[in-house]
Amino acid sequence: MSQWFMLTLVGKDQAGIVAQVTTALYEQGCNLGEASMLRIGGNFTMMLMIAFDGQSDALAERLQPLAEKLQLQLHFDPIEGELHHHQQSDVLLMVHGADRAGIVAQVTSKLADAGLNIVDLASDVGGNEDNPFYIMQIEGVATQGIERLEQALQELLQQQPDLKVTMKPIDTMVM
Amino acid sequence: MAILEILKYPDPRLKTISEPVTAFDETLQTFIADLDETMNASPGGVGIAAPQVGQFQRIVIVDVSSKKKIKHHGYMVLINPEITEWDGFEIAREGCMSVPDYTGNVIRATQIHLVAQNAEGETIEYDMEGYEARAVQHELDHLDGLLFIDRLVSRRRDLFQRKVYKKKDKK
Ligand SMILES: [Zn+2]
Repeated sequence: MSQWFMLTLVGKDQAGIVAQVTTALYEQGCNLGEASMLRIGGNFTMMLMIAFDGQSDALAERLQPLAEKLQLQLHFDPIEGELHHHQQSDVLLMVHGADRAGIVAQVTSKLADAGLNIVDLASDVGGNEDNPFYIMQIEGVATQGIERLEQALQELLQQQPDLKVTMKPIDTMVM
Repeated sequence: MAILEILKYPDPRLKTISEPVTAFDETLQTFIADLDETMNASPGGVGIAAPQVGQFQRIVIVDVSSKKKIKHHGYMVLINPEITEWDGFEIAREGCMSVPDYTGNVIRATQIHLVAQNAEGETIEYDMEGYEARAVQHELDHLDGLLFIDRLVSRRRDLFQRKVYKKKDKK
């Protein structure tokens, strides 16, 4: 049985990063699991689940020259990997407002108290330098039901009236 | 009666284009009963197509009556079904018994007109909308060897789109 590792690579975005990194991994005998790769603020970020049955130190060492060449920061850690057990999100939230400190903390704290397990969160700063806005989309599991989350959002909007929050159930039909 | 085995992606047989049904006989009735039992054995299943169990005939069952507050026609056996009109489109999340542990966003028409035959071979027609129309479109894809993962749109951002209605295209 191979051991799962989480490989994290972060660096300045440039053409061909994904192809070069994944080719190197393939050539080292690694098998990729789930992955997330995303350009954030001009950086390119990669998180990859990797199955590998050799020595992890050896693999990290062999990846180091490529990371240096591409100027990527590299982290490589053994994890308890799990495939084929996706959590099924049942609710989707969209939050936006004029950008200010504390939006994510306030929103997610309120939602966590009301039983939301976040599966996927993507946020972005739009607008321009003079008028930036913050926008965030959250997908998750309402472990205490959607009504409970609705209540929490009512409270949140009273405390933070500058935010606009929309919630929608994700009704996945299986056919 | 029997629960049939469901083909799972990446089984290449799921790409098969199914043949029209010509004989509305006892064998067909037995198969429909088994298909129904198979669908009901899967929690939350609202539809099933014959090719999902390796029977490559144009037969589907759809029953979305378990969903609350929607318009529907209850339990339907649809044989040789054809969608003759489409209108509007909407993105929603779908899953499939033949694609375990994966769900994704798919664009479907919000309103359709459907012509099919029932288990006795009589012609039936329906106007459908929303959830039921989506289920029918998903199942009909199976008859043409298509899975919802052949129609995925971006996982992020899209579910909040408003319903968009466009004018009916005159044929
Ligand atoms: Zn399906």
